[in-house]
Amino acid sequence: MQNISAIFKKEFKTYFLSPIAYIFITVYLITTTFLFFQGFFLINQADMRGYFDLLPWVFLFFVPAITMRSWAEEKKVKTLELLLTWPVSDVEVVMGKFLASFALLAIVVLLSISIPVTIAIIGHPDGGQIVGQYLGALLMGAAYLAIGLWVSSMTENQIVAFIVGVVVTFVLFIISTPFITMVLPSFAAPLFAYVGLGSHFESISRGVIDSRDIVYYLSVIGFFLFLNVCSLGSRKWE
Amino acid sequence: MSPTNDSVMLEVKDLNKNFGNVHAVRNLTFEVRKGEVLGFLGPNGAGKTTTMRIITCFIPASSGTVKVSGMDTVQNDLEVRKRIGYLPENNPLYLDMTVDEYLKFAGEIRGLKGAQLTNRIHDMFQVCGLAKMANRQIGKLSKGYKQRVGLAQAMLHNPDLLILDEPMSGLDPNQIIEIRQLIKKMGEEKTVIYCSHILSEVAATCNRILIINDGAIVASGTPDELTAGASKTSGYMLKVKGDKASVQAKLSAIPGITGVTVQESGEWLEATITSGKEDVGEKIYKCVSENGWSLAELKRHSASLEDVFTQLTRG
Repeated sequence: MQNISAIFKKEFKTYFLSPIAYIFITVYLITTTFLFFQGFFLINQADMRGYFDLLPWVFLFFVPAITMRSWAEEKKVKTLELLLTWPVSDVEVVMGKFLASFALLAIVVLLSISIPVTIAIIGHPDGGQIVGQYLGALLMGAAYLAIGLWVSSMTENQIVAFIVGVVVTFVLFIISTPFITMVLPSFAAPLFAYVGLGSHFESISRGVIDSRDIVYYLSVIGFFLFLNVCSLGSRKWE
Repeated sequence: MSPTNDSVMLEVKDLNKNFGNVHAVRNLTFEVRKGEVLGFLGPNGAGKTTTMRIITCFIPASSGTVKVSGMDTVQNDLEVRKRIGYLPENNPLYLDMTVDEYLKFAGEIRGLKGAQLTNRIHDMFQVCGLAKMANRQIGKLSKGYKQRVGLAQAMLHNPDLLILDEPMSGLDPNQIIEIRQLIKKMGEEKTVIYCSHILSEVAATCNRILIINDGAIVASGTPDELTAGASKTSGYMLKVKGDKASVQAKLSAIPGITGVTVQESGEWLEATITSGKEDVGEKIYKCVSENGWSLAELKRHSASLEDVFTQLTRG
């Protein structure tokens, strides 16, 4: 545990040592708040549905921006070779990095608390629904993070890590949208609908937390973190 | 001669490593004891770094075993890593962090905590002369200071086995002397493996040298043994005043001398003499004094470590 926490602290601090975290927080809050309030008064409903409908698309670009550096930079500067000769297991390094990126994402997402507060002042939103939506958003964000980290672990170029991260997440997101499932043969459609990231966010954006969606997101996180551990382990292959 | 097993710090046995069709390391077998500073030499691409990576548990061997204080690097890798301090080639560092933050991070992963960690970091600041740089960002330090941060990181947890890949690069001559003394001091109680291309550095610091080429050991021994073993012939340089033809003739007549070339250099004659293994210095001097030549210089050149290195690793 000391190892995971040491790596977590170091990674988390690193986000704030460079301008990354500050730029990220500012741009994220401005973009999402603007996009949300653009439509909010037209719809004239005191809920955050519109906000959480946006998130999958916003995360698509913001999450790979958090994770692109994690492994790519260590590979490029060769600190990975040093880190992996210290008494720490590959799993611990992966967990430390994942938790640190999750902590940053959680801070950013929770900083948007000004929006529900504003809504509560001007209307009567359903508090339980908003809490559910936030939890769901964090779960989905964590899944995106796991994907982004895995992509970053396979390259030493941050730009490549970012772009491929966006593409992989995008593909995983759209395969479950009706746009794609409509044209698929009938036996494959439910499979794609289940595997895709998108279908599991629909109920969440309504504030309904279904255990099936939780299981799904945890599996995605587990699967991509596992792939990440494998890609670190690949140095040991012949 | 059977050394007690517990004095063996590192035991490498029949080590092989292939990358596809490339045999980076072939049948490497050697031991390093406690209290030894081993110089690990070889031309670029000889397999030095690969060997270091296997010893430090970064990659596994294709076959063969590596044991650090009796523990296998594959089965017991976390325990082994705790005992190793490693300064990789090119000294990778987290450039965004300050020196203090970096050493804290390195210490925490090595299992140091609280006062113990603070004390060790403080010791390293003293030893490596980093105290003034504690709060500077590593990326903004000069190369020499970065190198010291790398050394501090490697020695922070007082490891039993210290592996240094080119530790002196970027250091100025004063720092080199300091760090060399530090390595020798570490080597008294611990074990140090020192990879370098700077041969004079290795000769001055190490008490045993291992030269590898193409992934296999080509020579091993103390610096003196290596240079003595490699020089089948030795040579002398003699600077005298006298008649050129007679110097040539008289010197060639000395038993043991195989060749003499005499050249004029100003009013002096310079004779380059080659001889067998036998030390003929005294005979040359006697010959000079019997003939009444004025003597300016008589110098024996034995093979340097450079010569040994070139002989063993070229072609």
